Amino acid sequence: MREIHFDIIRQTVKELFLKANYIIGDDIIVKLKESVQTEESESGKVILEQIIKNNEIAKNERIAACQDTGLAVLFVKLGQEAKVVGGDFNEAINQAVREAYIEGYLRKSVVDDPLFDRKNTNDNTPAIIHLEIVPGDKIHFLVTPKGFGSENMSALKMLKPADGIEGVKEFIVETVKKAGPNPCPPIVVGVGIGGTVEKAALLAKKATLRRVGEHNKDPRYARLEKEVLEKINRLGIGPAGLGGRTTALAVNIEYFPTHIAGLPVVVNICCHAARHAEAEI
Amino acid sequence: MAKNIKLKTPLTNEDVVKLKAGDSVLITGKIYTARDAAHKRLIDLLTQGKELPFDPEGQVIYYVGPAPAPPGYASGSAGPTTSYRMDPYTPQLLDKGLKGMIGKGLRSQEVVESMKKNKAVYFGAVGGAAALIAKSIKKAEIIAYEDLGTEAIREMEVEDFPAIVIIDSDGNNLYETGPEKYRK
Ligand code: SF4
Repeated sequence: MREIHFDIIRQTVKELFLKANYIIGDDIIVKLKESVQTEESESGKVILEQIIKNNEIAKNERIAACQDTGLAVLFVKLGQEAKVVGGDFNEAINQAVREAYIEGYLRKSVVDDPLFDRKNTNDNTPAIIHLEIVPGDKIHFLVTPKGFGSENMSALKMLKPADGIEGVKEFIVETVKKAGPNPCPPIVVGVGIGGTVEKAALLAKKATLRRVGEHNKDPRYARLEKEVLEKINRLGIGPAGLGGRTTALAVNIEYFPTHIAGLPVVVNICCHAARHAEAEI
Repeated sequence: MAKNIKLKTPLTNEDVVKLKAGDSVLITGKIYTARDAAHKRLIDLLTQGKELPFDPEGQVIYYVGPAPAPPGYASGSAGPTTSYRMDPYTPQLLDKGLKGMIGKGLRSQEVVESMKKNKAVYFGAVGGAAALIAKSIKKAEIIAYEDLGTEAIREMEVEDFPAIVIIDSDGNNLYETGPEKYRK
């Protein structure tokens, strides 16, 4: 067994959350710059340029790119031959989040109870941790601070198998249309198809984290991604929802085997502040 | 659509009726921040007939929960939050003389009707352009509900705060007319 210490986990995760909140990925920046060229609306161009400028300021000054620094979500792949020593694994992650959000001047946006007290926990914990055990002796972290302007516009639908490809397309496009300006377009649309309710939701969240410009390896799903993206960009919503061609930067679909009687679909929307960072230790 | 209209707060009815959906503006002066929890408290005070922490007459409320200010900054990143969550509370504040709101996203029909009746305007700031917007905030001071943290009410001094008129006092709505032009 390879031993990995609590402190290394804490330090790694802390740096990832700081990096994710300050620096928007180059895949998004490249796509935003391309969109300035293709956008037909004048105000749309101005807004895209403001977003690009915003991301430069955030990166150079190491300040939050968006004030909603989100819930702290992590996808962790834990090698089955790695052994965590020196403390509780979950606490290492929560401690990392606490330190990143307090020392990094990031907003604390977590309430302890969703329904009754809604009292701020004041350190942005607890983190939401999705764990997968994999072969090997390493730990891989993929972290994403998730803002709620876009999270609130997400949707789930248990389609009938007979609804088929058309049903899926319609549901994705409808969800984006209904969201309109609320999720800070241009957006990244994550779609999870198949599995169960929670599996589809996890796939959709993971799909939002795929690099913009990469497509599903299955050519049928890749084609579907391109087709739905085109449909969405014909809705006219545009940057900040004020009209234009650039409504979504990408549609990313992930799928999983499902039940003979079902076709679950989850659409998880991520704003242009598509923040994520990863590292392996 | 007029570009870069300079506005100074507090706003008068004359200022407001001149603004048309699609105009871009640069706002200078004092504005007040409030989100969900602060709105709830303001409305509770109104219901009890008590005084508000600031007089809404002529003022502009910015729907924002800023990130903490790093040393040397007046404010941390401060982009708009989604406005519809404030819709249930808004008409009562408009009745009290509130003239402007800055946020992002759609508003309810009740809010639009109340804006027409009371002569008020809804500005949009670019969601997610939070670090850029923070540059126009020169001072920020908590004036009420410190216990709410980021949701506390702040009095901000802004200079050339960039915004766009989304819904004007006649009820014209850029979120409807803008996308229509590009729908295929
Ligand atoms: S939806 Fe995204 S860009 Fe918009 S305010 Fe929320 S986190 Fe920021």
